[in-house]
Amino acid sequence: MIAIGMEGSANKLGIGIMLHPKDGSPPQVLANIRHTYVSPPGEGFLPKDTARHHRSWVVKLVKQALKEARVSVADVDCICFTKGPGMGAPLQSVVVAARMLSLLWGKELVGVNHCVGHIEMGRLITGATNPVVLYVSGGNTQVIAYSSQRYRIFGETLDMAVGNCLDRFARTLHISNDPAPGYNIEQLAKQGKQLVDLPYVVKGMDCSFSGILAAIDGLAKEWGLGGEEKAKEDDAKSSETAAASESLEAKPTRADLCFSLQETVFSMLVEITERAMAHVGSKQVLIVGGVGSNERLQEMMGIMARDRGGSVYATDERFCIDNGIMIAQAGMLAYGTGFRTPLSESTCTQRFRTDEVFVKWRD
Amino acid sequence: MEEYKPPALPSPFNNTTPPPTLLTQGAEAHLYKTTSLNPSIPAALKIRPSKPYRHPILDRRLTRARITQEARCLAKLVREGVSVPALLALDWEGHGGEEGGWGGAWLMMEWIEGDVVRVALEKWEAWMKKASLDDEQTQAQEARVRALMRKMGAAIGALHKAGVVHGDLTTSNLMLRPVDENDTNEVGLDGDVVLIDFGLASQSAQDEDRAVDLYVLERAIASTHPRSEGLAEDLIIGYRDSYKGAPSALKRLEDVRLRGRKRSMLG
Repeated sequence: MIAIGMEGSANKLGIGIMLHPKDGSPPQVLANIRHTYVSPPGEGFLPKDTARHHRSWVVKLVKQALKEARVSVADVDCICFTKGPGMGAPLQSVVVAARMLSLLWGKELVGVNHCVGHIEMGRLITGATNPVVLYVSGGNTQVIAYSSQRYRIFGETLDMAVGNCLDRFARTLHISNDPAPGYNIEQLAKQGKQLVDLPYVVKGMDCSFSGILAAIDGLAKEWGLGGEEKAKEDDAKSSETAAASESLEAKPTRADLCFSLQETVFSMLVEITERAMAHVGSKQVLIVGGVGSNERLQEMMGIMARDRGGSVYATDERFCIDNGIMIAQAGMLAYGTGFRTPLSESTCTQRFRTDEVFVKWRD
Repeated sequence: MEEYKPPALPSPFNNTTPPPTLLTQGAEAHLYKTTSLNPSIPAALKIRPSKPYRHPILDRRLTRARITQEARCLAKLVREGVSVPALLALDWEGHGGEEGGWGGAWLMMEWIEGDVVRVALEKWEAWMKKASLDDEQTQAQEARVRALMRKMGAAIGALHKAGVVHGDLTTSNLMLRPVDENDTNEVGLDGDVVLIDFGLASQSAQDEDRAVDLYVLERAIASTHPRSEGLAEDLIIGYRDSYKGAPSALKRLEDVRLRGRKRSMLG
């Protein structure tokens, strides 16, 4: 069984092709390609520009994926697309493309929940059987555990997503959005040493990030560290001498702010994950979503899991960051249980909670 | 996978005889039974071990803030005469493991005898299943649970009256301290209700926070004690008469119940 997965809920357009062999051997990735819409430093990606990007690249990417996978259209069983959640305009441009291919090739459609796609891909790649899942990205922050046919949300953000918080601070500092703002924050944070005081907001198993962003934006302003000129200055100086502050009393640097932001928000995430693990009695943690490719987050989660006698499962950017194969993987699992999305219902939606999906393919 | 070993105890508890025994381990804290001052006086010891994944400065800041918050709430409640364990001692920077090491913070409290309400109710539910009772006897038994629910409501009312909200009310965080007289009943449901575990408590007099406290407990009863769910209305009756602000908190509770599942998240 072969499925094409089409993902475009944010600024990444991903097309993936997955094979589920008939003899029941492990699924194979035949093609996994992605094209990212990168906005200039200091700016986020706007829905209309992102949608335009997806529209202009989707045909090219599908063709390329088929070529890479060495499959013909006749081999494909179904077309899986992201139904939601995500940004409206980019979602819509991809769903239109999926509908077109479905009509053109006479293939059935499968609408997939983006979050479930992440979870299923993470489980497939890492082999984690029944983990507590931390799903962290630019649009979502949730702690999830599986129980009787649903991925249940134990904790989540009360306002913005953690990736959004990091991305927007990258904008404040005018850090490049290429390849991803979060990645560049992570690199800069490696040179940070001084921990500045930031709010720490955990409420039960939920957390909140908007106050932290406001606080650190304020600090950046107070110390004159934001904006384009400072970014250029930093680039000009050799990064090693410029970035790290010498003593703990010194004025914090841009690197120190990135370091402090990461330490604070990741501690919050690890704390709520630990609470969920204690609650459900699980020893496995799976980290998925774009922020999940951050190595510091993986390291902290690893220490926590080790102290509880468990282990952490994480993947690299190919599977963590939005991609097409995760949609194909989750879509094919649903397809295997007889799930179809008729053309008349092949819509997309910005709001689509993880726990709305009936997970028929698990016990 | 290697066996889990709890972290070393902060001093002086690494050097007491008999050594403290671990009772439960949560995500945040470990609860031990130990003795205070003299080996015949039992005491409960709550340790918040340091979290090695966190930056050490952040770790100390959070641990200190949380343990002092808990201690302040307890001290206030004892002063106001609410039924909670008395605070005996604490250290927000306990020394642990090796010489000069930071082992986390600890809090020592009065030892409360008895079962938590969850266990008492489970025993009762199991006993009810076995015993074949006629309607009258069943009602008599249910009346005992109703009386317990009223006492729980009254205890929570006293807590709220003192200006503290618990933040994590479940039947595991309410204890039943047995009364001395010989209980003729098979399963003890009599005794004083004592509130424990103020790890998430805060000082608040807002109806919203009070209503959420009650809502959380209602949900906990419904999910862990399905048989007693119908009897939980007595919880509200007990609460209503406990202090002057109760009716307005209960009014708010109606809104909180309607909210149910949290709002749909965007993106």
